Amino acid sequence: MDGAMILEWVIKSIFLILVMTGGFAYVTLYERKVLARIQVRIGPNRAGPFGVLQPVADGIKLIFKEELVPAKADKLIFTLAPVLTVIPALIITAVVPWGTEVTLFGRTIKLYLADINIAVLYLMAVTSISIYGIALAGWSSNNKYATLGGLRATAQMISYELALGFAMIVPVMMAGSMSLVDIVESQKPVWFVFVQPLAFLIYFIAALAEINRSPFDMPEAEQELTAGYHTEYSGMKFALFFMAEYIKMIAISMIGSSLFLGGYRGPFVDQLPALGPLYLFIKVAIVLFVIIWIRATLPRIRYDRLMQFGWKVLFPLALLNVFVTGVVLILVGG
Amino acid sequence: MLTTGTIIFGVFALVVIASALGMLLSRNAIYAALFLVLNFATVAVLYLILGAPFIALVQITVYAGSIMVLFLFVIMLLGAEKLPAGEPLGHHRWIALLFGLVFLAELALFLVYRAGMRAAVNTPPLEFGSPAAVGMSLFQKYALPFEITGFILVVATVGAILLTRGEGFKGRKRTLEIQSQDK
Amino acid sequence: MLNDWSYVAIFTVISMFLPAAAIAIASFLAPKKPNPIKNSIYECGVETVGATWVQFKVQYYIYTLVFLLFDVEIIFLYPWAVAYNQLPLFAVVEVIIFILILLGGLLYAWRKGALEWV
Repeated sequence: MDGAMILEWVIKSIFLILVMTGGFAYVTLYERKVLARIQVRIGPNRAGPFGVLQPVADGIKLIFKEELVPAKADKLIFTLAPVLTVIPALIITAVVPWGTEVTLFGRTIKLYLADINIAVLYLMAVTSISIYGIALAGWSSNNKYATLGGLRATAQMISYELALGFAMIVPVMMAGSMSLVDIVESQKPVWFVFVQPLAFLIYFIAALAEINRSPFDMPEAEQELTAGYHTEYSGMKFALFFMAEYIKMIAISMIGSSLFLGGYRGPFVDQLPALGPLYLFIKVAIVLFVIIWIRATLPRIRYDRLMQFGWKVLFPLALLNVFVTGVVLILVGG
Repeated sequence: MLTTGTIIFGVFALVVIASALGMLLSRNAIYAALFLVLNFATVAVLYLILGAPFIALVQITVYAGSIMVLFLFVIMLLGAEKLPAGEPLGHHRWIALLFGLVFLAELALFLVYRAGMRAAVNTPPLEFGSPAAVGMSLFQKYALPFEITGFILVVATVGAILLTRGEGFKGRKRTLEIQSQDK
Repeated sequence: MLNDWSYVAIFTVISMFLPAAAIAIASFLAPKKPNPIKNSIYECGVETVGATWVQFKVQYYIYTLVFLLFDVEIIFLYPWAVAYNQLPLFAVVEVIIFILILLGGLLYAWRKGALEWV
């Protein structure tokens, strides 16, 4: 590993981080626009043409907002919590491939950050770590709403993590590898969503619950918990939580696309590898649209029902799906 | 023969020791738990450097990701963050110190007398820690221990439920009664 | 393969700078005019009653315990899923027995009402 290689990867890392941050900014706009259209409104349209500068305006506003720290809060953890929430949301994208490889400036550049042979397990590990930021944010605020929201979020995340883990085993079984590059490549004949629609559905529902998106946004239920675990946060620290939530939305769309929807694969991608990132982008945009659509359509699920759904419906179903897949693969493959 | 790998290993080893000390010395139980999380995570990095990525990620998922979440929950739910200022069992500290010193002496003796032992360990092949290799040996060579692990997990589930829901049973029945009265 | 891990390490280190920089920049630019009322805990304008950090519902903790056990199970299934095509039928049957054993654990938790939100 020489200097130029390290430089290449530093540039790639910074590029990916900038893409995710910019993606976050424009997903907020995308969400507001789509929600507005569904509710027969226009949505933000003042800052720039079609409101394209709206995220910039929001960002500048948040930077200059005063940051309040409750006097009784645990100050160190209070500051640490948003950082601990953003980092897992960012690093989970490290193993998602955007394409195979392209030639740029005379050198072959691989269109993924890292192709590790246990990428799916890496996803599990990072997901399980991402609980801390939220739990600590809720606890350190020393606010009852925040503590309750943090606890709810944590219990919900661990409950749905089981179903998520089982849903992600299925593509691994089909591909015979945990590397996401291998999984995407083995979807060349047919996308896994057509072979395993149930696993995709379980993945999608569990991932929505994992990132506390509606209809599973009980931890942030405004009517009873104000804003859940980030009630006491303001200014930039609040922006970091907001950012983590939207980056997680992009991340689960990217991961879901790679595991089930063929990732960067599409027509002519073998001849023209530069199309890979474009296909991935289109798939992510469609999945994000569905997530926003669900938010606009479905009411919030009551917390006891939410937990029961996770433990008594989704988890056994996911377990059964792995079981049936195993048996069928034996019968088919011999 | 200080390679980059050795230096990185040394740095992370120091972090492991420092976080372990931080865990022992912090008076706030939440901070202690967080130090332990840091400790588990850095131990995982050590596994990674040693060429066992599978074990490293299992360490993060199971220890840092679920066991420590359980710890954090217990600390938060019991409201037991702040430890009392004084040491409740003062004389235990001296006994602990004594045992610690004995253990250190043992380690030192081991290093002095058995330094030659290290050469006996063969370097495993590069694919040794790959998930497929782990799977092959886990499900063929160690099939029986694997099944026993399954039983132990079930026994642990039963134990945990029995311990935590001693009186919860009645509570549930009562809730059901109230619900049926409502109808 | 270790090379790829060092890329993940580079990415992790760089991604730590983003939130740190955001908080640092905001701490320079944001106004700081704290006062006791601003820094009090938000509770709909009413002064908060009692301590926040108290003993709380045990059900959260039971979920975590059950989660821990099944998390270990999932971890065991990953190497199986990878080696699936190379494993003999014996190993597959073995894992199916393992899943059934743990399904027994889930059923026990279910029957005992541990999954009930009460």
